[in-house]
Amino acid sequence: MSAAARMFVYKRLASPLHGARAGVGALWCVALALSALASDSPIVLSLVLGAIVVAAALAGVGRELARSLRVAAIVAVPIVAVNVLVSREGLTVFARLGDLGPFGQGDLTVEAIVYGATIALKVTILMLATTLASLAVDPDELLRAARRLSFRSALTASLATRMLPVLAGDARRLADAQRTRPPGSVTRGGNGRHLCRYAGTCVEGPPLSPPSHLSRAYVHAHARTTLVSAVVASSLDRALDVAATLELRGFAHGRRAPRQRRAWSRHDLAFATSAAALAALTLAAHLADIAPFRIYPEVHAGAPGGALALGSALVLIALLPFADRRGIEP
Amino acid sequence: MSALAFEHVTYHYPGADRPALRDVTLAIEHGELCVLAGLSGHGKSTLLRAACGLAPHFHGGSFAGRVTLEGLDTREHPPARLGELTGVLFQDPETQLVMGSVRAELALPLESRGHGAGEVARGVEEVALALGIDRLLDRSTHELSGGEQQRVALAAALAGRPRVVLLDEPTSQLDPVAGDELIGLLRRLNQEWDTTIVLCEHRLERCLSAADRVIAMHGGSVAHDGEPADFLRWAAREAPALMTPGAKLFSLAGLAAAPVGVKQARATLRREGLLPAATEPAQGPGRADSYPSSNGTGGEKPRSRRRTGSRVIGGGDGVPVEVRGLWFEIPRGPAILRGLDLRVQPGQTIALMGRNGAGKSTLLRLLAGLLEPTRGRMQTSGRVALLLQNPGDYFLRERVGQELSVKALERAGLAELAERNPRDISGGERQRLALAIVSGEGEPPAVLALDEPTRGMDREGKAELAAELRRRAGEGQSVIVATHDPEFAASCAERALLLADGRIVADGDTSELLSGGWYFATETARILGGAGGALLPEQGAGLLQAPVLVEARP
Repeated sequence: MSAAARMFVYKRLASPLHGARAGVGALWCVALALSALASDSPIVLSLVLGAIVVAAALAGVGRELARSLRVAAIVAVPIVAVNVLVSREGLTVFARLGDLGPFGQGDLTVEAIVYGATIALKVTILMLATTLASLAVDPDELLRAARRLSFRSALTASLATRMLPVLAGDARRLADAQRTRPPGSVTRGGNGRHLCRYAGTCVEGPPLSPPSHLSRAYVHAHARTTLVSAVVASSLDRALDVAATLELRGFAHGRRAPRQRRAWSRHDLAFATSAAALAALTLAAHLADIAPFRIYPEVHAGAPGGALALGSALVLIALLPFADRRGIEP
Repeated sequence: MSALAFEHVTYHYPGADRPALRDVTLAIEHGELCVLAGLSGHGKSTLLRAACGLAPHFHGGSFAGRVTLEGLDTREHPPARLGELTGVLFQDPETQLVMGSVRAELALPLESRGHGAGEVARGVEEVALALGIDRLLDRSTHELSGGEQQRVALAAALAGRPRVVLLDEPTSQLDPVAGDELIGLLRRLNQEWDTTIVLCEHRLERCLSAADRVIAMHGGSVAHDGEPADFLRWAAREAPALMTPGAKLFSLAGLAAAPVGVKQARATLRREGLLPAATEPAQGPGRADSYPSSNGTGGEKPRSRRRTGSRVIGGGDGVPVEVRGLWFEIPRGPAILRGLDLRVQPGQTIALMGRNGAGKSTLLRLLAGLLEPTRGRMQTSGRVALLLQNPGDYFLRERVGQELSVKALERAGLAELAERNPRDISGGERQRLALAIVSGEGEPPAVLALDEPTRGMDREGKAELAAELRRRAGEGQSVIVATHDPEFAASCAERALLLADGRIVADGDTSELLSGGWYFATETARILGGAGGALLPEQGAGLLQAPVLVEARP
């Protein structure tokens, strides 16, 4: 399975979060994400971000989360850049671009940068919390619960979650097969042009000539496109096969999944308590304005002590359930 | 009321010119274990799809006649309802796993049918124990090997204790041990639970002795329907390609009654006084350990996982492949190959055998450069062409003519297919096209490696492929073929390697290696107890007819 696909695939590991029931695990991830969304303080946000990273490491999925962090960083940069360019709020101007016609005055402000960074930080936390949930919360158990509530949605989600690894597997096999084509092998494209193997892939080029004049980026982009189109072409057949299996397994009956009664484990209780405490503390801090942070029109932060205390409390509450590692073997 | 009945059923897939089923009439009674035989593309899989209602409900097309499953007319009841009475397993297990974990996969059919939580939990445990997959219950379905996927898909099909089980080549991805275990399990289901089983299989020698009845399909019609012994007599006259190796052995040796299994064959030979005198019961798997292993560093641990292996292309002494102390370890995972040594001579054909997960595919991928060894030395003196398991993975274009030049197509005997879509041609033709693609259009590869090339292939296709591999070896190419099929290995390879847990545990002449095992042995070898190293029916018949090697008739 590719690294990208592994980023979102659940695997039962020996960790307290994996040991908790799916509903509780998902609730805990949501509570953690909400605690970040409810605050603008960079101190609180950074501490929550740190808590998610540490939680992922303690759950044994730190490596996968690091990949997600890289993707989030790629998303965060344009968020900051776009906000600086489009925001017309803020008083501390650090650069003037002059009159931009219909867009008005191009004044870039420090407040716009801070606001963009805050949003980027929140988006990053949201992405990481989602990744952590997809890696550590059993999707089958969640789908089971969803089948009790909305059958059609659960069916669609079942198909979608299954198709992702199936198509990723198809793409990997097709890519491997293309890599085994001999160097310089010639095939002809639909438009009559020849295709030469290069860098383990098939690209268009003159017959039997090494495509040295082609840029590596073009070669890889073309190869990827060819591969993706082949995978997409086969995806309908794949989806039909999966749907046929679901049909024969009786999914079309639309019967509600039976309620499973099972005793609450120590990890169920710990994470449920943690989620409730996170939610309560977030609500209380919001109402009491414990870590005030205003951005527009000028950046104004309250005393850092409040933010530090709130952030530390959130981290402590979030990570405490990981301290108990009894009964976590898969 | 029959368990399954077809009455004058004719079925066309949408847009097809010819019917996939043509006026099929048959009845399968409760508790029968019925084998569907026939060459590829003659309607076996379609018959199973019609039996469970997927044809026509799911696939569309035109359907005439009547199919009843446990008294339910498939035209009036949807597949979901029919699925309550049947367990169905198709060829590709990957698309038959729809949930994330094995436990959830096994629970799904029970939950969908409204069973309570207790029944679901019990059903999951029982079917997992019955199929020996209880240790997989908490594994993710994405991580399973092909063989494991097959067993989990079968378990999901059986979880609801169906009255009728329909299986389309269930052993195609399994090694001989797992294949025999599966057939044994089906026989137990049939005998103890009275489950009706309809099994479609190319390797008839595996399942014929367990069958009550064989239905042979030809051109979408039922060509023969009778007991296994009758079927073998019919096949000898009408369809030699469907004969089992044992039946062929008896036919070539001039013996009248074709044996349904090894036990019957040996009993007949013993009665006739033809069982080779020196025959001992076939040696168990332990026999393999007595062969000289080419693995000189078998149990040694690598000093450091960070150390990487080396690859040298263009070795000096003309040996196509030489491998020394080859390790392949998955980061944060197990070692797949453990200090492997291998030397391949020019023009040599090697069969690579072993259980699922033994490391066969990994070795071929390393040789072809798809993977890098983590330790050890690998030297190749020319190109290693690798044909992966699914030939369809090589086709990215809409026409065969776009995949290869006209000259190469002519050389592969596929020139007349240039305008066809590669996905629409037959399995054998696809295999030939993929083989031509990996072989390339210039200088032929020094080594041709094939990973499970006979999966889902009928006996005719296998014979053609074996002939092609022998031809290539005759031209000086070395051929390494990973296979679970001892008959195919015997027909094309002169040397066999048995891998287990990433090590070569036996290395020798094919006749030596495949004549002495329980599982990794051909049917001829098992019938003759390994006498004379005879593996194929032709060799066995020669042995039986040679008076110096056999006991005199009483």
